Amino acid sequence: MAAAPAPLIVYRGVGKKFDERVVLQDIELEVFPGETMAILGRSGSGKTVMTSMLVGLNIPDEGTITVGGKDLAQLQTDEEWRALRLKTGYLFQGSALYDSMSVGENVAFPMEQHTDWPREKIAARVREKLAAVGLQGAVELNPAELSGGMKRRAALARSLALDPEIIIYDEPTAGLDPIIGDEIGHLIRGLQTNLGVTSVVVTHDLRLTEQIADRLALLFEGRLVFVGAFQEFIRSPNQEARRFLHRNGGGDAPG
Amino acid sequence: MAEHSHEKSSFITLAGHQAVAFLDYMGNMTIFLGEACRSLLFPPWFVRETVAQMYQLGVKSLGLVLMAAFALGMVLAMQGLKVLSWFGAANYVATLVAMSMVRELGPIIAGIMLAARGGAGIGAELGSMRVTSQIDALTVSAVNPIKYLVITRILACVLILPLLTVFANIVGILGGMLIGVTQAGMSTTSYYYLTLKYLQLKDVLPGIAKTMVFGLIIGTVSCYHGFNTEKGTFGVGQSTKTAVVVSVLFILVSDVFLTKLTILIWG
Repeated sequence: MAAAPAPLIVYRGVGKKFDERVVLQDIELEVFPGETMAILGRSGSGKTVMTSMLVGLNIPDEGTITVGGKDLAQLQTDEEWRALRLKTGYLFQGSALYDSMSVGENVAFPMEQHTDWPREKIAARVREKLAAVGLQGAVELNPAELSGGMKRRAALARSLALDPEIIIYDEPTAGLDPIIGDEIGHLIRGLQTNLGVTSVVVTHDLRLTEQIADRLALLFEGRLVFVGAFQEFIRSPNQEARRFLHRNGGGDAPG
Repeated sequence: MAEHSHEKSSFITLAGHQAVAFLDYMGNMTIFLGEACRSLLFPPWFVRETVAQMYQLGVKSLGLVLMAAFALGMVLAMQGLKVLSWFGAANYVATLVAMSMVRELGPIIAGIMLAARGGAGIGAELGSMRVTSQIDALTVSAVNPIKYLVITRILACVLILPLLTVFANIVGILGGMLIGVTQAGMSTTSYYYLTLKYLQLKDVLPGIAKTMVFGLIIGTVSCYHGFNTEKGTFGVGQSTKTAVVVSVLFILVSDVFLTKLTILIWG
C-alpha cells in the first residue's frame, strides 16, 4: 500500500488578531499536493487573512504555517520570501492588474523581474499564458478596457507566468454573473487537471466549490468548523454547515 | 477660577496630544524613508523605472514650471521697478530679478509646482494601487514595492528638481527682461549685462543644491501618503490632498533653515 503524500501546506494552531478583534483562532488544516481546497465562509470570517498568510501578506500571531516543509516564521530575508513567492500564484479578488501596463505587460512583468529570458521568449510565453485562459487577443488591451471576467482571466494568466506550484484564488467568481462564474470554474479545474497545481480557493460560492474543490474547509467566526469533501459537507449534521448551506441556497435550515 | 484652570489644562492636554501625533507622524515618515534608502543598498535597482519616473515628473511638469516662473519674473520686475525708480535705479531691476530668482524664487516655484503636479500624481497613483491591491500584487510577485515604487519616485524627484530649477531661473529672468525692456526702456543688452554683472556662482549653486532637499521632501511625503492609503477611494483623495499640502508646507519651512545654512556657508 502506497504511503499518503506529505501535505504541501500545513496550518498548525494558527491565530490572528487585529487590535482586539480575533480574526482566526486555532486553525488546523492540511492541503495535499495537487489538491484543490476551497475555504468557505461568510464575508469577514477570515478567509482572505488565512490564505494571504501563505505569501506573507499577513503574519500569524500564534501557531505555525509550513509550505513545502518550510516554516514561514523562519523566512526572514527578502530572498527567502522571494523563493516561496515565485512558487505561488495569487489571484486577487479585484484582479489587481497594474493599471499603467497593458494586459501583455502585466503577464510579462513577473518574467521580466525574475528571469533573464530574451524578449522573444517572454513574448511567446505571454501569448501562451493568455491562450491558456482564453484571452488570445488581449495582449495590447489596457486593463480598463476589460470586463470583470476578462480581468480575472488576465490576472490568472499573470499568476501562471512563472509556472507556480500553488495557486491561491481569492473569491474568483465574486461579482461575476453565473455563466462567467462557471467559465472561471472550468478554467480553474482545467488548470488543476492539466498542470497539477495545488489550489487554495477562497469563496462563498457553493456552485464553484462543487465544481472545483476536492475538499473544503468552512470558517465560522475565525474557527474551522468543518473540513471534508463536498458530498460530506452537504450531508453534514454540523450546525454551522447546515446554516451556511441554507443561506447559500444549498440545503435546509438547521433544526 | 476653577473653570479657567480646567480650560487651560485641556488646552495643554490637546497641545500635548497634537505634539505627540506630529512626532509620531514624522517618526513614521523617517522610518519609511530609512527603509527606502536601505533598499537602495541591494539589487535590483530599477534604473529604467527611475528614468521613466523622471520623464513623468520632469518633462511633464516642465511647461507648468516655465509658465509659473515666467509670470513670477514679470511680476517681480514690475514690483521692483516701482520701488527702484524712486531711487533712480530702475535699471537695477535686472539685478534684482536675477538675484531673487536664482537665490530663492526659482527653487521655490519649481519645488511648489513639482509638489502640485508630481506630488499629487504620486499620492494618487500609489493610493489607487494600494486600495486596488496592486501593491500587494507586487509583493506576492516577489517584487519589493518599496524598491519598485517608492525609491524610484524619490530618486526621480531628487534628480529632476534641480534641472527644473535651472529652467525656472532662466525663464524667470527672461520674464523680468520682458518687463525691463518694455516698461523701463532698457535694451536687451544692458538688461543682460546687469543680470550677469553681480551674479556669481555662489548665488546660483546653493539655490539649485537645496532643491535636492525639496525633491527628497516631495518624493518622500507623496510616496508615504500614497503608500499608506486607507479607506478606499475616499482615502485616495485624502492622500493626494495631504501629499501636496504637506510637501508645500515642508518645502517652505525647510527653506528657512536651508537659506540660513547657505548664507552661513556661502554668504
